[in-house]
Amino acid sequence: MQVKQENIRNFSIIAHIDHGKSTLADRLIENTGMLTSREMQEQVLDSMDLERERGITIKLKAIRLVYKAKNGEDYIFNLIDTPGHVDFNYEVSRSLAACEGAILVVDATQGVEAQTLANVYLAIDQDLEILPVINKIDLPSARPEEVKKEVEDIIGIDCEDAPLISAKEGLNIDQVLEDIVNKIPAPTGDKNAPLKALIFDSYYDSYKGVTCYIRVVEGTIKPGMMIKMMSTGKCFEVTEVGINTSRHVSLDQLVAGEVGYVTASIKNVKEARVGDTITDAENPTEKPLPGYKKVVPMVYCGIYPAEGEEYSIIRDALEKLQVNDAALVFEPETSAALGFGFRCGFLGLLHMEIIQERLEREFDLNIITTAPSVIYKVIKKDGTLLEIQNPTNLPPQAEIDYMEEPIVNASIMTPTDYVGAIMELCQNKRGTFLNMEYLEETRVVMHYELPLNEVIYDFFDALKSKTRGYASFDYELKGYRRSELVKLDILINGELVDAFSLIVHEDKAYERGRTIAEKLVDVIPRHQFAIPIQAAIGSKIIARETIKALRKDVLAKCYGGDISRKKKLLEKQKEGKKRMRSIGSVDVPQEAFLTVLKYDEK
Amino acid sequence: MNSFSLYIHIPFCEKKCYYCDFTSFAKNSDMLEKYMLNLNKEIKLYKEQLSDYSLRTIFIGGGTPSCIEHSYIETLLENVFKTFHMDNLAEITLEANPGTLDNKKISSYKKIGINRISLGVQSLKDNLLNSIGRIHTSQDFKESFYMLREEGFDNINVDLMFGLPHQKLIDLKSTLEEVVSLDVEHISLYSLILEEETQIFKWYKNGLLELPDEDLDRTMYHSSIKFLRENGYEHYEISNFSKPGYECKHNLAYWKIKPYLGVGLNSHSNLFGKRFWNHSTFTEYNCLLEKKHFPVEGEEKIDRDMEIAEFCIMGLRLIKGIDKLEYRNRFGEDIKNRYDNVIKKHVHNGLIIDDYNYVKLTNKGLDLSNIVEVDFMP
Repeated sequence: MQVKQENIRNFSIIAHIDHGKSTLADRLIENTGMLTSREMQEQVLDSMDLERERGITIKLKAIRLVYKAKNGEDYIFNLIDTPGHVDFNYEVSRSLAACEGAILVVDATQGVEAQTLANVYLAIDQDLEILPVINKIDLPSARPEEVKKEVEDIIGIDCEDAPLISAKEGLNIDQVLEDIVNKIPAPTGDKNAPLKALIFDSYYDSYKGVTCYIRVVEGTIKPGMMIKMMSTGKCFEVTEVGINTSRHVSLDQLVAGEVGYVTASIKNVKEARVGDTITDAENPTEKPLPGYKKVVPMVYCGIYPAEGEEYSIIRDALEKLQVNDAALVFEPETSAALGFGFRCGFLGLLHMEIIQERLEREFDLNIITTAPSVIYKVIKKDGTLLEIQNPTNLPPQAEIDYMEEPIVNASIMTPTDYVGAIMELCQNKRGTFLNMEYLEETRVVMHYELPLNEVIYDFFDALKSKTRGYASFDYELKGYRRSELVKLDILINGELVDAFSLIVHEDKAYERGRTIAEKLVDVIPRHQFAIPIQAAIGSKIIARETIKALRKDVLAKCYGGDISRKKKLLEKQKEGKKRMRSIGSVDVPQEAFLTVLKYDEK
Repeated sequence: MNSFSLYIHIPFCEKKCYYCDFTSFAKNSDMLEKYMLNLNKEIKLYKEQLSDYSLRTIFIGGGTPSCIEHSYIETLLENVFKTFHMDNLAEITLEANPGTLDNKKISSYKKIGINRISLGVQSLKDNLLNSIGRIHTSQDFKESFYMLREEGFDNINVDLMFGLPHQKLIDLKSTLEEVVSLDVEHISLYSLILEEETQIFKWYKNGLLELPDEDLDRTMYHSSIKFLRENGYEHYEISNFSKPGYECKHNLAYWKIKPYLGVGLNSHSNLFGKRFWNHSTFTEYNCLLEKKHFPVEGEEKIDRDMEIAEFCIMGLRLIKGIDKLEYRNRFGEDIKNRYDNVIKKHVHNGLIIDDYNYVKLTNKGLDLSNIVEVDFMP
């Protein structure tokens, strides 16, 4: 079908987690008649199991829908999905850059939340037309009028005509569809100009190689032409272009204003980075689209094979994940305690957790992860600057002049009831209070500067627990600041276990050391000898606990009927031992590496 | 001809003790009648399968076999004698509780051929006996013991326990002294095992009673070993002591992984290259036997690797240790072939001794035998 540019609408849906983005997407897909309900797997856009389970969208995709509007004309809708979480901020901004409009979904029971704001601001930055939609009006606790007012007050968008919908029940979806036609502008751009297309997503499959999702801003792209990635200068021949309906449909060409996919036998997603501009190699455009940046990991941790797991299998799995996730970086490293493993960099904590879970779930690997770390700047006395993301690599204290740590600007949106608890928490996390705005009588947004290393420790869990899940949180990197940091080491049975080492603020060292030692006493099983657990800064022991020796592990009675039971017991013990790492003569269970990172309520 | 051992389970007691998680029930005469009938049927079912085997030892356990009428025991043993080859029989043990024995029973046991009595005594401190739910007193024990001696029983075991709630080292010591002064032939000395589902476990969990801690438990154990050795008893298994030549032949069959048949509710057998076990409810047990079916609930095939592991794990329970020569004769290879590293590791840990003929637990190894045994699992 020949597409008129003025009948194309390119848009995204933005929302806080759980506000109903994916459900609305499903309804739009259904109501445009492309798919029947039966054909739809629930939440079509979220393809990974993990995403579905967590209700979040990690990798974005685009889908093309045909809508017959009330004015009798057919419209092409390109719905471009965005990840909701702050860790994927850059990807959100790139997918928004492919659109002319965004549907802002706000939960009628929850109101505006921190992530909603963060994403709306990104959309406003891109000059998008924003269509507010109030969702979940079918719930008894819905308060649509208040929420509309909240959106107007906080975000400053007119909500007068905002559709009141229930994506779950399919209520008032037609209003949303008409608003898309009438309010979101059609794309512009000359299809005869030199090619200029934005990559807003790319993924690898072993069959076609890398597939790029693109928005053609100017010009035309077709199979056979040579294209150039403007950030790297690398050239590829286009093998296929097309659109994604419920599956890939290949086309002769994609022209300015259209959204679709391109394959060009690219072998690695690193060569088709999100945000890059594709142009015609023979007739290049002058300037790339603005905003391409290489994503920089903010959080690092070590990933090691658990007992009996192969190093090389973990490497293969990481490589496979990396072809689909250009933001994941890793390099080999060695730990005295854990042997050969990898230091991995992530966009943020959620990204880290997702990668860990995918390794365990999709690749069925048994891994041990070390405490996450951020990048510290170390200024040595001889003036050299080091960037350290593995505590083990910290030079001796005597060589260090001073250190700097990353600071984030955090905004926490909360009902006023929890302001006190949050202030206490942030203060405890070395936060600096900036200001507090009232969003309405009972809700505020609090702005804090927080050291990133406190955020990655247990901030999310603590916040959730202290506010019973009512507060939402968002942050962005602000910069580096000088700080009194020390390396905290943990010794088990007198042996330093590098995998437990942390860089912490001086004032926190004692408390952290004691907490870790106490937790290790709980998780490490008793051995035939007493095991001292010590926390140390340099050669100074700041906390000590002891795991008492096991005095008795014997079955008093073992006759004919007891042998099977006894064997079961031994088998269980043997299984348990498999999940241990030997550190010196001490068997340390894998959970030990995790539990020391977990928030515990006191 | 191969020999085998026979275990017969009598799952009835006057009353269940607070620490007991065995298959046993308070006595009920209808149930008992039906059960004994089926038990005799079960024995007969094995006649053919065991026609090439001769019976070496019999152990009638429970429950409390002495709490049922002695005529049942007579019928039972007569049935056994008729069913299996008896020319090699060496030992018939019956478990008895003080307080359930009288002269008539004892003389009937003697007449039918029982030659070893195992008395469940546990302690000679009446307050302790009471607190663990035993129905007898120390006086009952002494009376029963003298009656047995009078009737000519010259192989008597006494079961004792330590690590009992509120038990003190001195309580254990005086019990041992008294038992030793009676010159019993065999003593089984068990550390109390807290089993879930028992009354005592619930009390302990709810903080209602105090148990000796691990240190005291081990002090009790090792001081008992010392005392019994000084008094002429040989410590031959983790929890068992005997005068020379009075080791329990039946139990040795378990520890040496020799063939045995268990009959009765929830009994376990090790025969024909597999372990199998009976149903543990009366309904299923009775129902199957009434149809002349084996009352077997499940089985585990024992391959060579598992048999070797069992031989070592059970062999370590013996104070002498795993007999290397026996290992080589039985499995046609040296123990070092598969367990060299394990042995070295635990010699290094101080848990086992590897001498010329035996691999055995050290004193410390006796306390931590599970740590060693787990490494012998295939």
